[in-house]
Amino acid sequence: MGIELVKEKYSGGINTVEIGKAGRGPVKIGGETTLPFLFEEGQMPHPPIAGLEVFDCEPVDWPEPLKKAWGDSLKDPVKWAQRCVSEFGAKILCVRMQSIHPDWGGRPSDEAVATLKAMAQAVKVPLVVLGCGDDDKDNEALPKASQALKGENCLFGIATQDNYKTLTATCLADGHSIIADSPIDINIAKQLNILISDMGFDPKRIAMHPTTASLGYGMEYVYSIMERARLAAFIGDKMLSMPLALFVGQEAWKVKEAKELGEKQGVNWETATSVAMLQAGADLLVVRHPETARLVTKYIDMIMRKR
Amino acid sequence: MALTGLDIYKLLPKTNCKDCGFATCLAFAMALAQKKASLDKCPHVSAQAKEALESASQPPIKLVTIGSGENKLEMGNETVMYRHEQKFYHPAGIGILIDDTLTEAELADRVAKINALSFERVGQKIAPDLLCIRNSSHDKNQFSRVVRQVASSSQMNLALYSNDAAAITEAIKACTGRRPLIIGAEAGRLDAFVKLAKENNAPLAVSCANLEEAAQLTDRIKKSGVEEIVINLGREGLARHIQDFTFARRTALKKSFRPLGYPIMAFTGTDGADLELAEAITYVMKYTSLIMVKCVEKDFMLPLLVARQDIYADPQKPVQVEPKIYEVGKVTKDSPVAVTTNFSITYFTVAGEIEASKVPTYIVCCDSEGMSVLTAWAAEKFTAEKIADTLKKSGIETMVAHKRVIIPGYVSVLSGKLEEVSGWKVSVGPREASGIPVFLRNWK
Repeated sequence: MGIELVKEKYSGGINTVEIGKAGRGPVKIGGETTLPFLFEEGQMPHPPIAGLEVFDCEPVDWPEPLKKAWGDSLKDPVKWAQRCVSEFGAKILCVRMQSIHPDWGGRPSDEAVATLKAMAQAVKVPLVVLGCGDDDKDNEALPKASQALKGENCLFGIATQDNYKTLTATCLADGHSIIADSPIDINIAKQLNILISDMGFDPKRIAMHPTTASLGYGMEYVYSIMERARLAAFIGDKMLSMPLALFVGQEAWKVKEAKELGEKQGVNWETATSVAMLQAGADLLVVRHPETARLVTKYIDMIMRKR
Repeated sequence: MALTGLDIYKLLPKTNCKDCGFATCLAFAMALAQKKASLDKCPHVSAQAKEALESASQPPIKLVTIGSGENKLEMGNETVMYRHEQKFYHPAGIGILIDDTLTEAELADRVAKINALSFERVGQKIAPDLLCIRNSSHDKNQFSRVVRQVASSSQMNLALYSNDAAAITEAIKACTGRRPLIIGAEAGRLDAFVKLAKENNAPLAVSCANLEEAAQLTDRIKKSGVEEIVINLGREGLARHIQDFTFARRTALKKSFRPLGYPIMAFTGTDGADLELAEAITYVMKYTSLIMVKCVEKDFMLPLLVARQDIYADPQKPVQVEPKIYEVGKVTKDSPVAVTTNFSITYFTVAGEIEASKVPTYIVCCDSEGMSVLTAWAAEKFTAEKIADTLKKSGIETMVAHKRVIIPGYVSVLSGKLEEVSGWKVSVGPREASGIPVFLRNWK
């Protein structure tokens, strides 16, 4: 019996965003012309990538399994960053400037930027740089951070609908890409991409954060929003054609299931959430446990072999 | 795909003879499309048209049932490619592989471990569905012995897996009333397995190298009289599988191509034990109706079951938490009281931020029918009266020594009315949950 399988062919595709430069990566994310891993329907020129997350200060609120995995290096951001790369082979690093947060001691931004710079000098991989989530502090510190890393082609975040102008302007000036955040809402995602582009920012330098939710805590909402965004991009919506970045570690290690029953369950929780996000179209995953990074990277290698 | 009235009309005699009781053939066709009339009312319809109409009224992916009674596992009947289009209907079955080479003690140990794999989450019991006993020993008697032991020590659904139909013929005697899935049919030995499935009225899984072969074999099996078929594609690796599963689902749905319109099953283990969870999660996400795994650890099974629960949740029906009082941290009679809705994501977000604040707090969840704060407010499911009523009935008044309640910033308009009807003093919390830690630390 001859069968004719129904295969999709799309007219649109996802933008490719390059992070880093010669001597610091670079890595490329995005570029798909098909839903994840359907190699017979389109291209996936750049494998998704799992990067590790480091703070610029000791992450005192991290749960035990994570503290145990990293040990004393958590007290020394530079050493911690180095271990991510040299020991665990991270191809990209996500630095969160948590120390400037008022609840975390509110370190002066100049000091925090000095630490960030030291971390950047200690590793030669592309960087994702995040603020602390407090708008006022971020608007003060991120422009300085951006300037300090001028020309390094980092991916900076996070721009939100209510607070994107400062970050957009500074990334534009210093040659960085930007992460645009939306609360599980495809319309806001699109709107913010338009607002950022309207400031003269190249839409091909934007990555989207559709919100991250842990397995068991709303993951399926994110999953479906990602699928919808992808399908819209494939039929030609240029303002939803950005690669997708997900902060899985931050969410997965918050939930009680990740902290009970020992270290393995936490790693499994983070890994399972990562895999689900990859199957929905994630291009960049930021995780916290080195074993998760290893497993997810191995999984990506395996599935990209197209067998 | 269901036919429209006009599609059906084209197949009717178009004579308007009124023998069916309808004024015209078109009216009859419309009634058929709405399932308000049945085709046998028309004495003139051709056999061809009858067959076309009957097959069109079948769901594009066949419903296959393993087991019987309350715990039976139903697979198939899916109607969409993406859950946001409607929903996925029948959650993927999770099966656990048991080799018949285990000793009696090892077997007892494994079954006991599996029986303990049951969890409760957001008001639902979640557990694996099935035990798959594989005839790795290639010994008929041993297979029967193990199947007997498993069948008597577990109430779960069963699958019997052997290349030897005779081994299953023997072993299935221990499964009376259990309606197990029979696995092992393939091109070279279809007939014996078809006979076995027919005699036992059991569903049959057929192993195929690729989709082409799957379509041929399911067609042959169906023509031999077995309707409930599961497709088991060869062990070719994960990327190959999810592509095939996607194409099969799409071809069955979009072209009503029956030979691929059956549930699909997969075994993990193509790529090493440390990736088994990642592999199984992938199958849950991508169109697999039955997933056979090896690992029986809790820290493996819980995330797998939760992933299934997530993906098969109805997108139209928000997941709810029970409307009641939740204690976050070591609360005392002086702890703050915050109200919110019982949409699970709203609750989890609020609870997460309260935990992060390290300020022990009571959360009183109102029954908003699972809507988020603003939606519930707009739909009048989260009103001053409703909150007042919940405060009263929940018993929170007896748990704290104050009468001050925090409401979400988005419903600050409710403050005046709420104070009036409840007698509680209202303070307006932040609009976004991320503002909770700072807010609570300043709460006095």
